[in-house]
Amino acid sequence: MLEIKNLHVEVDGKEILHGIDLSLAAGEVHAVMGPNGSGKSTLAYVLAGRDGYDITKGEVLFQGKNLAEMSPEERAREGVFLGFQYPVEIPGVSGLSFLKAAVNEVRKHRGIKELDAIEFLKFVRAKLKMLEMGDDLLKRPINVGFSGGEKKRVEVLQMAVLEPRLAIMDETDSGLDIDALKIVSSGINALRGLDRSMLLITHYQRLLGYVVPDKVHILSGGRIVRSGGKELALELEEKGYAVLGADAA
Amino acid sequence: MASSTVETLQSVIQPYKHGFVTEIESERAPKGLNEDTVRFISAKKDEPAWLLEWRLKAFRYWRDRMLPEGDPTWARVTYPKIDFQDAYYYSAPKTKEGPKSLDEVDPELLRTYEKLGIPLKEQERLQGIAVDAVFDSVSVATTYKAKLGEMGIVFCSFSEAVKTHPELIRQYLGSVVPYSDNFYATLNSAVFSDGSFVYIPPGVRCPMELSTYFRINAAETGQFERTLIVADKGSYVSYLEGCTAPMRDENQLHAAVVELITLDDATIKYSTVQNWYPGDENGKGGIYNFVTKRGACRGVNSKISWTQVETGSAITWKYPSCILQGDNSVGEFYSVAVTNNRQQADTGTKMIHMGKNTRSTIVSKGISAGHGQNTYRGLVRVSPKAEGARNHTQCDSLLIGDKCGAHTVPYIEVKNRSAKVEHEATTSKISDDQLFYCRQRGLSAEDAVSMIVNGFCREVLKELPMEFAVEAQKLLGISLEGSVG
Repeated sequence: MLEIKNLHVEVDGKEILHGIDLSLAAGEVHAVMGPNGSGKSTLAYVLAGRDGYDITKGEVLFQGKNLAEMSPEERAREGVFLGFQYPVEIPGVSGLSFLKAAVNEVRKHRGIKELDAIEFLKFVRAKLKMLEMGDDLLKRPINVGFSGGEKKRVEVLQMAVLEPRLAIMDETDSGLDIDALKIVSSGINALRGLDRSMLLITHYQRLLGYVVPDKVHILSGGRIVRSGGKELALELEEKGYAVLGADAA
Repeated sequence: MASSTVETLQSVIQPYKHGFVTEIESERAPKGLNEDTVRFISAKKDEPAWLLEWRLKAFRYWRDRMLPEGDPTWARVTYPKIDFQDAYYYSAPKTKEGPKSLDEVDPELLRTYEKLGIPLKEQERLQGIAVDAVFDSVSVATTYKAKLGEMGIVFCSFSEAVKTHPELIRQYLGSVVPYSDNFYATLNSAVFSDGSFVYIPPGVRCPMELSTYFRINAAETGQFERTLIVADKGSYVSYLEGCTAPMRDENQLHAAVVELITLDDATIKYSTVQNWYPGDENGKGGIYNFVTKRGACRGVNSKISWTQVETGSAITWKYPSCILQGDNSVGEFYSVAVTNNRQQADTGTKMIHMGKNTRSTIVSKGISAGHGQNTYRGLVRVSPKAEGARNHTQCDSLLIGDKCGAHTVPYIEVKNRSAKVEHEATTSKISDDQLFYCRQRGLSAEDAVSMIVNGFCREVLKELPMEFAVEAQKLLGISLEGSVG
């Protein structure tokens, strides 16, 4: 599904990632953990194609296609989803109309008939039911005046609606209280599936208590310093980043 | 280059969709402006002596007292000096008589309106909107006249109203915008050619949207239309105005006057989607839109609401205003103004509070892209007797790119201690974060901008009648095409 090979990334002329290798098979969930400044968000942004994050060496293949050659919207239409650490407010645009536009772009790209307003509403209601969410948030302008927890729940909902093949969740657990964390992680669990891979980017292991990863990678100073099974997250929790050869947070 | 390629290129480079010219024989007044021009226009329209006198009074005032001073320079717009002698002041499609019904209208004109998305014949069959179509200096057709007539509603061209309802015209013409009001309004008073007239009798709620569609076609011709709407006691009307013009290299002057009058408990809702040709991306050509629009809430509990979406014109200079004379009367101004490429807009409103407990609301959304310059200029005045007056003003500016400008110039004059006046203003840019967020969800950069802009304007767009709102949304997208790199 996703092959990252010797990936070097520069931001503002400064190299942040110094050769990342990571292979994510279909249906797998990997966690990328690391202290602040280790390059976690850079990895998320470069996969999604944000301007200013330049690949200087190496490559990223998504379903065999070179991601670097695609614009952010093409990646999204191909099935790359980024759950934002700080979801952006768009005043005056309701969540419903935003998502409808997004879903129809994806459908157009895949050659499926676009949904009209009524069909879309039906489609969204089914997703809301699956995630046990109400539609109140979707009626409001997207992310405007939302609490941290509400923003993250809507990110998970967007993932559910857009049905991506690769979901990158950037610090989805940050700033959530325990109730919100439970809601968000049960949403993520509900969306795990054989044809969907996930990359969970996180600082703490607490999310991983609810969403159990197939693999854990520890990122430090722009390199993956260790990889292992889900028990690596627990080890990290006990000993801290320093012991694991990572720079202390 | 193959002609189809040229067309394709043009549609990409120049997004203005209404830039075609209709080939039609027209009759014009001799070039230039003097008393004879005024007499020529008045004679063409077979006007009564009092109206010619009024025009001449305006012309002499303009020539002797205004022209020596020159046109107003206080607005934040720049343009070369206009030579008022180097233009035509009257142009009309050649016909024997004014058309009596749609069947008598020149098919070429009907095709023009069809091409603009206003099929007059269809419109008459489909219900919903009554249209007065003004082509250059004359009204070519008014639909639904008979049906409205049954309710006592008068909806016709201005010239026709002068003949059929002279007492109403005489009573109200110039009563809100006097002939000596300002440079362009005075010029209009001298040479106005046609426009729409609406009268809603007491207690009648107009059952459909009334609309006028203005089209400038002839070259080197100014358009000076005059609209007068009177809503008698307890009546209601919603009126729409749309405008387009061909793409031409020269600048063309459009100096209209609109007067609205509401009596006790009456409401007028006036919506404009202005899409005159804005000029090319280097600022060549385009319409100078110098317009005076003003409404008087004469009666108690009366209301005038202006909504405008201004996307076209090289220069826009207009301040739809409300004079709140009646106690408890209400004035509203909702505005979206877009300036892209080299467009300039200096627009806003005046809310003059005179009656007790009068209220006004101003919501202005300015969007600047390219090298566009956008100024909000607004006056809120509370006179000594306007006990309990309230105003809320909100001015938001959105910038796209780093070569455009947004300016806010509020004037607030309060002469009554009980008044409450609030002014809020914000300036924002479409952020990279917003663009990236939308693109990450699959929207192209242009669709993302269009969505963000429409969201920014939502408070204003929701004031528009349904059919117009859809058109306005599309228009906003088109006007900003090419504004993100």
